[in-house]
Amino acid sequence: MKKLLLALATTTAVLGFASVASAQEKAKICFVYVGSKTDGGWTQAHDIGRQQVEKELGDKVETQFLENVPEGPDAERAIERLARSGCGLIFTTSFGFMDATIKIAQKFPDVKFEHATGYKTAPNVATYNSRFYEGRYIQGQIAAKMSQKGVAGYIASFPIPEVVMGINSFVIGARSVNPEFKIKVVWANTWFDPGKEADAAKALIDQGVDILTQHTDTTAPMQVAAERGIKAFGQASDMIAAGPQTQLTAIVDTWGAYYVKRTQAFLDGKWETTSSWDGLKDGILTMAPYTNMPDDVKAMAEATEAKIKSGELKPFTGPLNKQDGTAWLKEGESSDDATLLGMNFYVEGVDDKLPQ
Amino acid sequence: MRIELEKRAKVSALFSILSPFIAFALTIVFGGIMFALLGKNPVAALYSFFVEPLSEVWSLHELAIKAAPLILIGVGLSVCFRSNNWNIGAEGQFIMGAIAGSILPVVFYDWQSPLVLPLMLVLGMIGGALFAAIPAFLKAHMNTNEILTSLMLVYVAQLFLDWLVRGPWRNPQGMNFPETRTFGADAILPEMIASGRTHWGFAFAIIAALAVWFMMRYTLRGFEITVLGQSERAGRFAGFSSRKMIWFSMLFSGALAGLAGISEVSGAIQQLRPVISPGYGFTAIIVAFLGRLNPLGIIAAGLVLALTYLGGEAAQLSIGVSDKVTRVFQGLLLFFVLSCDTLIHYRIRLVRERFAALKADEAH
Repeated sequence: MKKLLLALATTTAVLGFASVASAQEKAKICFVYVGSKTDGGWTQAHDIGRQQVEKELGDKVETQFLENVPEGPDAERAIERLARSGCGLIFTTSFGFMDATIKIAQKFPDVKFEHATGYKTAPNVATYNSRFYEGRYIQGQIAAKMSQKGVAGYIASFPIPEVVMGINSFVIGARSVNPEFKIKVVWANTWFDPGKEADAAKALIDQGVDILTQHTDTTAPMQVAAERGIKAFGQASDMIAAGPQTQLTAIVDTWGAYYVKRTQAFLDGKWETTSSWDGLKDGILTMAPYTNMPDDVKAMAEATEAKIKSGELKPFTGPLNKQDGTAWLKEGESSDDATLLGMNFYVEGVDDKLPQ
Repeated sequence: MRIELEKRAKVSALFSILSPFIAFALTIVFGGIMFALLGKNPVAALYSFFVEPLSEVWSLHELAIKAAPLILIGVGLSVCFRSNNWNIGAEGQFIMGAIAGSILPVVFYDWQSPLVLPLMLVLGMIGGALFAAIPAFLKAHMNTNEILTSLMLVYVAQLFLDWLVRGPWRNPQGMNFPETRTFGADAILPEMIASGRTHWGFAFAIIAALAVWFMMRYTLRGFEITVLGQSERAGRFAGFSSRKMIWFSMLFSGALAGLAGISEVSGAIQQLRPVISPGYGFTAIIVAFLGRLNPLGIIAAGLVLALTYLGGEAAQLSIGVSDKVTRVFQGLLLFFVLSCDTLIHYRIRLVRERFAALKADEAH
């Protein structure tokens, strides 16, 4: 028995050394995922970004990831494990990893961290986010053109600023085309639950909406829209496969460019703490092909996209009123980022009470 | 031909003791085969799954953190299960304990005092016990099936927590995110040893296990639990009340689940969020049975289950297998434990279908 143990120990030790030796050459870039890397939405988009890092910088770095990491104490352990296993740069890709990232970052001052969609930074913790709302504005305009009834349905996840911002941007876009346009909101209270999302979609369609958009991660609403014969927008990943005759466009998260840029900075020793909030022009989000719409609507969408990219158009620009009719932004005045990042009110035209 | 299970006349004492170990060994063997089929080196894979997490101090701490709620809940459940009361709702009692204990740091966050923490722990136990009192009352006085009521109350607790952290208890400075204030320094369960994150929740788990072990072995109450669990009628002849036992076992397991809840929130999470448990209350049922409803066995079982969680993570990193492997391992382990136990009490007999045999004879 002792001999067997000894043999086992030696084998494993040898194996261990072998893997260490081959890894030492390359820097380790690591990712923590809240979902499964094949979820078809949020996490998959991050994983595609990771693969792009492998592809473009594969000769200098290797990547690792942990998937399905629950938020809370498990996240702390997962991040610590990565920090201990020799990762130089760690991307934590869910809002709920914020406090865990900050805690572990204090323990490992030599490791760099990047936290997606949060607001806490440290000397070795940067944050990054995407101006998803720019895409929502384009979607709103398309919805206003395509809807017969002038009412769109919106499946929302949680009443956090990120989501409220998206709803507002969609409405502002729609009202720039049709000032009477309205939306109905259902709070699914989940990021990822095909059953609940499908139920929300059905409820909205039964209430008479004829365009559907979602801020949740599965393709279930798209499938319901396809069954009921109305049009819809995809979220996080291109969902055209779920609704070839249904999807108008989708906001596609394309984190890859950012991940490559930051990894390169890390390799060059030029990594610094930043709070980056990139948009369409930086390529951190892209619009899936405009499909299932007449040419004039497509042309309008493309023109708007170009204007947002050039900086000529900012979705949150006055004159804008809040939901209760009080003035928010004056003619020509644009909202500052701080207001957007803490957004907890609706603009005019939203047919819903914000859960407070 | 068909297979029948036949009750053994005599149960081998030796194999009763060996059975969990045989099950564990079989899990390792079949796990190794699975890794080989996945194209990974089985020795390296098993090493990273079962040995690597034990080879570093920080990781041992993580093991204790993960095992603490499993053991604490499992010990409480063992009392319930032994007395033939089937509390399946420990997950809900865990959550309600966490909520009750969090009243002080969330609602009365201004009050700072060394009394805060002990009061929180007591409130946590009361919260868990009161929530378990609902199925206890329904069973004792309305003859309702406690499996159903306790299970369904889990959803009530989950949704109540969800409502609280999105509504009245939401952190006013938290940018609308669904979470409460982070607890003040007085409300945090301290770490036990300087070398890592293990908090006092682990000590509570061990103390509870030892206390229940003592109770079951040396006290009249323990005897009462066993007798009523094995035969209610015999218990009644001995003057034990099965109705009182329903109340005792449900409140007891509820209180321990509540203590686990407030310990987890106060020691590890330090605020309330919409989800505070990755299913500890349900995994603890596996732990209780894996430990054969023996408190000391439950300590070991809790550590083994915790190890599979940690090992799954380590294996994801060092050999690049999916996190689903963790679930497969837990499934294998449970399967082999149950089948080994079954085979101690039963033997397999192959029965020739007499009817089919006759028919075959006739044909000739």
